[in-house]
Order: sequence, then C-alpha cells, then structure tokens
Amino acid sequence: MTFKYKNVYIKDTATVAGPYEKDGPLGSYFDKTYKDLYFGMDSFELAEQKLVEESIQILLKKTQGKKEQIDLTIGGDLSNQITATTFGSKDLKTAYFGVYDACATSVEELIIASSLIDSKRIKNALCVTSSHNMTSEKQFRNPTEYGAPKPHGATFTATGAASILLTEEKTPIKVESSTIGTLIDYNQSDPNNMGGAMSGAAAFTINKHLKDTKRDPSYYDLILTGDLGKYGKNILTTYLQEEYKIDIAKNYNDCGVMLYNLDAQEECLAGGSGPVCSALVNYSYIMERLKKKELKRVLLVATGAMYSPTTLFQGQNILSIAHAISLEAV
Amino acid sequence: MYELKKYGHSKNGDTMENKKYQRVVDNNKAPEQRGRNALIAFLVGGLVGMLGEGIIQLLCYYFKISRNEASTYMSVILIFIASLCTALGFFDKLVTKFKCGLLIPITGFAHSMTSAILDYKKEGPISGFGSNMFKLAGSVILYGVVSAWFFGLIRYLIGGSI
Repeated sequence: MTFKYKNVYIKDTATVAGPYEKDGPLGSYFDKTYKDLYFGMDSFELAEQKLVEESIQILLKKTQGKKEQIDLTIGGDLSNQITATTFGSKDLKTAYFGVYDACATSVEELIIASSLIDSKRIKNALCVTSSHNMTSEKQFRNPTEYGAPKPHGATFTATGAASILLTEEKTPIKVESSTIGTLIDYNQSDPNNMGGAMSGAAAFTINKHLKDTKRDPSYYDLILTGDLGKYGKNILTTYLQEEYKIDIAKNYNDCGVMLYNLDAQEECLAGGSGPVCSALVNYSYIMERLKKKELKRVLLVATGAMYSPTTLFQGQNILSIAHAISLEAV
Repeated sequence: MYELKKYGHSKNGDTMENKKYQRVVDNNKAPEQRGRNALIAFLVGGLVGMLGEGIIQLLCYYFKISRNEASTYMSVILIFIASLCTALGFFDKLVTKFKCGLLIPITGFAHSMTSAILDYKKEGPISGFGSNMFKLAGSVILYGVVSAWFFGLIRYLIGGSI
C-alpha cells in the first residue's frame, strides 16, 4: 500500500546517543551524547526513559515550539510494553499513540503521522523512537554482565533516542510518499542473523514501493535500510537482483553499517540494530545532507524482526516487516 | 479467506520461495573462526585448571590438609575470585575475549549467577535477583544433578564402589 503526500514536511529532528554511537563515524552529528550507558540514572530502563525525554526537550528547543502546540505524539521502542517511550513522553500531555514494529518503528510512526497530517486531521506530530543496548540485552538475551560471546553475524542494539517533528508548514524537507510493508515469513529462526531474518521484508517493500510509484531505483540518490548489518546488505542486494530483477547496488547503504566504525569497534559485530539505529542515522546525518541539498531524494526502509524470546523458544519463526518512506529536499 | 490450520505452531514449509531465499542467506553467512575459538578456550581453560591445581598444592603444603579438603577450598576460592571480578565489572569483558575458557570451569558457573543478580538488583530481593539468579545456572544445576545420578548408577552397576 503506497500513499503520496502533498503537504507534509519535516520541521526538525533531535538525537541523543550513547558511548558506542558517539565513537562511531557519525558521532559529531548527534545533538547530545553520553559516555556512560547509565546516563546518570539508577537503572538501564530509567536511562532509556531519560533519553526519550531529553530528545523531546532538545527538539522543542530547536523548533522553538511549546508542547501545547503539538497535536499528537507517536512513540515506540524495543522494551517490554514500550515503557521507555510511554514514561519518557508522559510530560508532553498531548494526544498519544504508542506503536511497535520492532526496528521498523520509526518509519511506521512517520507513516501514521504523515497520513494524519496529509488528511488535515492534525497540523503537526512529534514522533519519538528509542532503544538501549542493555535493556534489550537483558530482555532478549543473557544478563548484561554475562558478556556471552556472540557470532560475527549478530547485530548490536544501538543506544539512544531520536525525535522528529512533522508539520504541514513548508520547510526544506518534504515527506513525499510512503509504502506500508507486509509481515514476511521466510522460515528464518536464527536470532543471531538479523540480516537474514529481515532482508526478505526489505526486498519485498522496496519492490512494492518502486512498482507502485513506477520508479527506477536510480530515481533515489540513496536507498537506506534500517539495520540489516554488513551480511544482510549482501543478502538484500543479491535477493533483490535474483527475485525481483532490481539493482540497487549503486545507491544503497544500511544505517546499521553506517552508525559504527565496524573495523575498529569489534563489539558492534555485523552492525547496529534496534529501533533507534535507523532513526539516529536518518534524523542526524541524512537530515543534514538533505538540508544542504547534497541528497535530493532518499528512500528510508526501516526493517523490523517480529518475535519475542517466548515465541522463539517455543519454536516459531522470526517474522519480519519493512516500511518505506520517501523524503525529498525542496 | 483464512485457513485456520495454517496458524498455530506449524512452520512455514519449504516452498520454492523459502528455499531460494535460504540459499541467499546461506551464501552470506558471517565467517566464524571456530578453530581459533577452540584453541583459546583450551589454553585459557587449561590455565584456570592449572591455577586450581596450584591452589590445591599450596593449601595442602601450608595448611597440612588432605587433597579432598583442599579441592573444596579451591572451588570456593575460584568462585570468590570470579564473583569479585563480575562485581567489579570486568569479567564480562574477559568472557567476551576468552569465551568458553572461562565459562566452562567453575568460574563460569559463579559468573552466571552473579551477573544475573547484578542485572536484577533493581527489581528487589524477591521478584528481582531472588527469582532470577538461577536464570542461567538453573539448567546447569538440574542437568548436572540428573547426569550425576545416572553416572553414579552406571558406576554402581558395573561393579564399582560408590
């Protein structure tokens, strides 16, 4: 399902990131970074809530807006029952939607907000996404202090929070169109190979978007997936070529690979993951380049692995989903 | 219309599409250095064993106790050292580096419990670390006891003494 938008624009974005992201190649693009994973709080869960709160505060400051002027807040993260976003954005006191599509959450939020703004139901919307390496390790894997060795194909949950304000007022960056993804089941069940689990959904959505809009991949200056990692990148380009005869190799990159310096930061394994991984890259570096018109048309394809430790241990597959949104510099 | 039998626990089946996709995934697997990992685990695990033997010898020599008693004290000492390193926050980094060399000996058993306790300390003594400290160690204890029972039985049946 693909929508085109007439009057949806990006007012501004705000990003707060953790120590590993700060040391990565995009470290200087974030609005605020921290050296410690506790962010001055008592627990990792509280730390993630603080990140959410801070990214919202920074965004309001940057846009010189008051919270009363915001019509709708949409938030989501990876923690159980998305508590990081609900607790972190409770002080806004706006209309609120909590959404979850694992690592595809940020683009899902953008699609909901854009559709509501385009249909003139609301004037603006604030979207916030977060994840924290330690809260998700604790929830999905072993205790955080255990340090169990992981295979090289595993991805590393990014730490941070990212907010974006969408509005109907004209700004230099336009939300042009979007494609809602479909849940894909390709019999994948290895939680240490997220690239393998999610590339199928990315391929499906990219093909759908290009077909619906009757575009060639070269229409975009850059096609970005969320968190497939360095092995997932190859899976996607190969599978798109083999199954759909689409060649994106020239103008394609993955946010999980861009977020870290994978040669030097060995602990990040195959690349970043988590809802905030794509949001951190898109809302800082990519926005900056769109503003400067170095990039004119960008297709963001956020990919999510839909499963829980319970479904996995009970022997069910890892499902995946990808949503796409197209941004243009105007 | 939905076919209800498709839902539930059944896997998605080996359709052509799945097979095709699986082939691409298999061609892009991350390389693992299994030989190197095994060698590191062998050497580091061996060093931990040597350390244990050293402690036993020292205890026997200085405190004039039997080897049996000394090996109990040795376990306690290694558990203490590993737990202290976990509490000080660097044992996880050693584990990431030396892998099973530190996880298989008793140091790994201690670490699995102390790391779980640290993780759940904010949720309190009952619903927090009380109920979560055996999260990883529970399986080790259960299957350790069960296999010990079976091996004891076998040893008894083939005529050995207990």
